[in-house]
Amino acid sequence: MAKMMVPLGPQHPALEEPESFNLLLDGERIAAATVALGYNHRGMEKACESRTYIQDIYLLERICGICSHSHSSSYVQAVETIAGIEIPKRASYLRTLIGELERVHSHLLWLGVAGHEIGFQTLFMSVWKDRELVMDILERLTGNRINYGMNTIGGVRRDIDLSESDEVLKALDLLEERTTYYIKVCTEEQSIIARLSGVGKLSKEEALRLGAVGPVLRASGVRHDVRRDDPYDAYPDLDFDVITDDHADVLGRTIVRVLEIMQSYKICRQVIRSMPEGPISVKVPTKIPVGEAFSRYEAPRGEDIHYVRSNGTDHPERVKVRAPTLANLASITNMIEGGYLADVPIVIAAIDPCFSCTDRMIRVQDSRSGQEKRFDWAGLRQYSIDWYKKQGVDLTQAKASRKD
Amino acid sequence: MALSLFKILIFPGFFFLSTLALVFEYLDRKLSARMQNRVGPPWYQPTADFIKLISKETVIPSEADHGIFKAIPIFALASTASAFLYIPIWGQQSLFPFDCDLLVVLYFLTVPTITFFLAGWFSSSLYAEIGSIRAMTQLFAYEVPMYMALLGPALLAGTWSVSGITAFYHIHPLLSLLNLPGFFVAIIAAQGKLERAPFDIPDAETEIVGGTFTEYSGRYLALFRMAIDCEMVVLAALISAIFFPALLPANPVLGMLAFLVKTVVVVFLLALIKTSFARFRIDQMITFCWKTLAPLSLLQILIDLIAKGVILS
Amino acid sequence: MIRMGKMVPYIMQMLVKKPNTTLYPSVKAHVEEHFRGALKFDQPKCIGCKICMKVCPSNAIEIERISETEKVYQAYVHMDRCIFCGQCVDSCPKKALENTENFELASTDKKSLKVAI
Repeated sequence: MAKMMVPLGPQHPALEEPESFNLLLDGERIAAATVALGYNHRGMEKACESRTYIQDIYLLERICGICSHSHSSSYVQAVETIAGIEIPKRASYLRTLIGELERVHSHLLWLGVAGHEIGFQTLFMSVWKDRELVMDILERLTGNRINYGMNTIGGVRRDIDLSESDEVLKALDLLEERTTYYIKVCTEEQSIIARLSGVGKLSKEEALRLGAVGPVLRASGVRHDVRRDDPYDAYPDLDFDVITDDHADVLGRTIVRVLEIMQSYKICRQVIRSMPEGPISVKVPTKIPVGEAFSRYEAPRGEDIHYVRSNGTDHPERVKVRAPTLANLASITNMIEGGYLADVPIVIAAIDPCFSCTDRMIRVQDSRSGQEKRFDWAGLRQYSIDWYKKQGVDLTQAKASRKD
Repeated sequence: MALSLFKILIFPGFFFLSTLALVFEYLDRKLSARMQNRVGPPWYQPTADFIKLISKETVIPSEADHGIFKAIPIFALASTASAFLYIPIWGQQSLFPFDCDLLVVLYFLTVPTITFFLAGWFSSSLYAEIGSIRAMTQLFAYEVPMYMALLGPALLAGTWSVSGITAFYHIHPLLSLLNLPGFFVAIIAAQGKLERAPFDIPDAETEIVGGTFTEYSGRYLALFRMAIDCEMVVLAALISAIFFPALLPANPVLGMLAFLVKTVVVVFLLALIKTSFARFRIDQMITFCWKTLAPLSLLQILIDLIAKGVILS
Repeated sequence: MIRMGKMVPYIMQMLVKKPNTTLYPSVKAHVEEHFRGALKFDQPKCIGCKICMKVCPSNAIEIERISETEKVYQAYVHMDRCIFCGQCVDSCPKKALENTENFELASTDKKSLKVAI
């Protein structure tokens, strides 16, 4: 058979979010692959500039549903650094608790999705059934199942009382039992091992060269975790292990993630037992002083970076988000080439892609001349007006904003 | 003549087969849902799906070959329905038994797989092409073990007719215990023939969208799905006729009940296998079938040859 | 071969258990306490400062004076814009707004989504 160019996406049952992979197939093997991003670009960073700092918390939380607390915490840490304020200890412990529960939620979700990608519907259904336990606790603590709205600049918005912490501990016991069962299944079930082992190999040198982060990097044997290297919130006081694995393939990433869930249970129990008393937030002025800050956070998918620059008013001047999936995306073509078509969905799923997090501003380079073309806001607006003028539509007469 | 026509078309022919196909699809989906702690569809779901698909618009790609595209589903359904005529339902005789009808049934069951291959090939769509090649490759993997596993009991019974095999094991029920390896191989190969997990490689939704049926919609997809459901009934009936021959009372009503019980047990086993395993990759499936299933079916033939020798002497 | 089917004991257990599905809408969905649902307005407490309008991330709430003579205000919420974050609840100086647990707010008519609360 001649080589075929098979598009995987942007719309495809294997991907939850749109992303375009063009695969050059030779029989069942992949000869070459290219990645195209940008389908989920929503102009979040631009929208941040026309809202106040507090409104931006809610906007940035909705970049992604599963790492929402990570984005909002990372942003709020950056703003608090610029303003030079220190949040109360109780607030940082609460943020850690919600962050770790979110990690549990995200990794359980990932395990179900991995089961779905390899065609194991039962694993998918039963893991997501257990995930409901975590979502119920999060709903009890924060008021919503996702997009928790827990953070505010200067601390957190809700406190936890004794009955809630008891419920959390009970649910954690139940979840720990279930997670131990899933660890057994993932490491012993032959049909899963046959699909996950030897697939999507990424050696240690390649992982470091391509800038992988999170469980992908830890599964290649590199001991790197922002919670250990650059601690924030309550992590300096807590005792936990950074999980690494030497398999350097999809099975390794699975093992790293399920063992990280077990570590999260340990951290949550420590946080609840040693939660200090005190206020949950401090008052912060609406106008943040001039400055810039750079904050890193260990989201479930890897290292999440937020950069905030303020100019003294109550609107930020620039917010930049570097999601972990963007760092992991470069390694996909490396992992797929030379493998089978049947492995492509699980390899893509193994980096835990969240393309909604990823699509921010990108640079477009003309491949023939090597020139970079960059639009600024005024230039983009003029380009779209000219384009529509060619179609016969005059946009300069359009009305301003909607009034419902 | 009129009675024969009635038997072929209505009972226990085509109409009975279709009804049983829809009932078994419901049973399979309900069982696998309950195994995953879900509720599952209501009893009228397969019928509703069929009616819905028939009433939908049919879209055929302009580059596909229209004639073959429309004719293939009919071939698939017709061959599975024809295979059903030679399998005993109640009692020991099928509708029109003749010598060597086991081979005819097996050939009739191979035709649907070839129609899946043709359907994908003539759809002029990338994903359908990949799916059709996978279907053909899968055919080479499970076909030989399945044939050998079904031929083992036939060797012992000394006849190539399904009705003859059933009659032989009805007289000597204990000898059917020798056929256990063959039963095991036949169940797994049936799962492969029906393209269900862990062997749903040609129809892998997460990899190649719809597989061979990507471009099919409306009536033609309804006929294909009906053909697949009928195939499940035919395979369940064939396996229960060859491997579970006991419980064949002469009374037609009790006989029908016994038939239903036996086939439902086979469907339960198929549903259990579907729920318990992840999907194989095509190279893993070929390795598994040739390294594990084929030797087991050879073992079955060996056991039956030795038993035949012992009985004859 | 023997190491396959690790999930079979679990599957057989599930077969005899009651399904885990909540048969919504015939069975009510379980909502936790303090769930952030639709807003409720306490009219006597409102002083018309419009802080809630300023802090809302999506311009979902509107406060209007409904009487010429007295300081009585009415709140309107655009249910299709509200993200149920509760920032207005936190920012109101008189605690006139509150989140209820009602989340069944869908409608087929867009105009009916501007609700007076």
